[in-house]
Amino acid sequence: MANLGPAYYAPYPVATYDGLLTPPEGKAMLLTDIVDEEVAMREVARVMLTSDNATIFPGPQVLYAWSEEAKKKATLIKEMSEVLNAKMIPMYDYRPKYPKIDPEVEINPNHPNLTIWHNNIKAAIFIGVHCHYANVALKIVRSETDCYTIGMCALSGHEDAMATIRDQHAEDLARFIEIAKEVKQELGK
Amino acid sequence: MSIKNMTKEKNWSGQKLVSTDYMLFEAPREKHFMTGSEVTKEAIKRCTVDASVSYPITPQSEAAHLIGELWAEGYVGMYFRGENEFGVMSEVAGCAMAGARTVTTTSGPGTLRAMENFPMWSGTRIPVQLILMARGINSPLTIQPDNLEVTFMLETGCMIWYAENVQELFDMTIAGFTVAEMPDVHVPIVTVVDGFFVSHTRESVMLPPDDIALMPYDPYKAPLPPIDSEMPPGRFLRDPFVMKSNYISYATHASWQWEVRSAVDRSIPYARHYLNGLAHVTGDLDAEIVFVACGTASHQAKEANRELTKLGIKSKVVKLRTIRPFPHAELLEATKSAKHIFVPEFNIVGWLEKEVTQSLYGKSEAKIIGRPRVAGGMSMPVEAILHEVLEHVNEEKGA
Repeated sequence: MANLGPAYYAPYPVATYDGLLTPPEGKAMLLTDIVDEEVAMREVARVMLTSDNATIFPGPQVLYAWSEEAKKKATLIKEMSEVLNAKMIPMYDYRPKYPKIDPEVEINPNHPNLTIWHNNIKAAIFIGVHCHYANVALKIVRSETDCYTIGMCALSGHEDAMATIRDQHAEDLARFIEIAKEVKQELGK
Repeated sequence: MSIKNMTKEKNWSGQKLVSTDYMLFEAPREKHFMTGSEVTKEAIKRCTVDASVSYPITPQSEAAHLIGELWAEGYVGMYFRGENEFGVMSEVAGCAMAGARTVTTTSGPGTLRAMENFPMWSGTRIPVQLILMARGINSPLTIQPDNLEVTFMLETGCMIWYAENVQELFDMTIAGFTVAEMPDVHVPIVTVVDGFFVSHTRESVMLPPDDIALMPYDPYKAPLPPIDSEMPPGRFLRDPFVMKSNYISYATHASWQWEVRSAVDRSIPYARHYLNGLAHVTGDLDAEIVFVACGTASHQAKEANRELTKLGIKSKVVKLRTIRPFPHAELLEATKSAKHIFVPEFNIVGWLEKEVTQSLYGKSEAKIIGRPRVAGGMSMPVEAILHEVLEHVNEEKGA
């Protein structure tokens, strides 16, 4: 199941092989459970606020001003990182890097574990990453690290993440930020 | 005709844009009398298809030729012929990667000539539709029904659906685009029918009006960036992933392949909705004799079921409508009562029997019998099915 790693290689951690699919519309998924979106948002905020080196990995869809929605999201994600006390490390493109990436400043879907290991990241939000590359990265991360992964997706979600919230548009991110502020206050962070 | 003519209400040919649910379940339908190739044209006509590439290998099926007519009539945005089957399937990929809803057809040896492209299609997550009018692979060549080529398609990472008749071919073609284009699925769909039996045979079919069509494909909901050199993030695909594969970790290659298979699995709830289930069961639900089949073989199995009923012998038919994803749960549930499972097939290798055996291994005590099995254009008379059943069920008395 999409539990915390490292799951190693055999069997390779693939949530669909354990019967997990992306959550239905209006719902989210925490580990193996389908939950209400707000429940997932609270848990995601709690994990991010209580884990070491929590980090947001913004992808190309929110890093470049290719639409009005992208611009709004980028602004909200910056605010989100401040509320969650989280670093930001961009996945600015998907090309494999030669001879190797600089894990201080970027993450890459082809070897995302390098960035997570180097920065000792224990919780991370993937946002604005094209679904295929997010899924490729999430499986590798679960295989090779103990990072709690969160997929905040504008489309159908990611069952290979430990938490996934789907259909996240700008207004949903704004709602998440408000919830995160409440959780932060409750935790005294 | 230009794609610029598209509005929110109508496509470039003036058809009203409707949802897939409306097209399949709500729109009024009228009875027509058509071959499988003709109904393929009618389905494509209602799908706002951007592009089609063909290597029209008539006379196995004139479907590709008829799609060309749709281009001439203004319903298909772009249509051209490839130099050969490999070229066609490569060009199909190019169209789809550029964000076009794309369809092509093939059959038999041409499928194998294009083979390298199919796992490339799924690996690049393009939601193209391939209508495979199966005709077998052998020398001397046959244009008769035989579905041997399906066994080669099983592990390409494409979805594979199997239509029994002209009506199912029409409905599956429309549903196929819709499911394949779901953002969490987004892999190719291979819609299979038995060539000749379905492609050339005229049957009654209920069709919705042709002044409605599916909503256009939205490539910006794709799980990979479409090729768009002007607009990031699309431009990142300028470096094809295969060109730098030597710099990609083994973990990426493994994860990538798993992800394609996961995408096929994610189609299950959508396919259940649009196909009204991954498997259809007819006959006596508590029967110990069960036929598991797809395509035309399931039609013949249903005929056998009727003849067995006349003899006072209970049986049922489990028609598999999807092969990839394989309907494991549906098959297990439908064969709970089984003591004898017959898998009639139109090929010599018994690929469906292997699939059924693997799926039920350790879960069913039923005896699985991969018979009757015909090939090369042979028909499958009901008597042949009855013979196998009576031979196995009455072991001492025989047929």
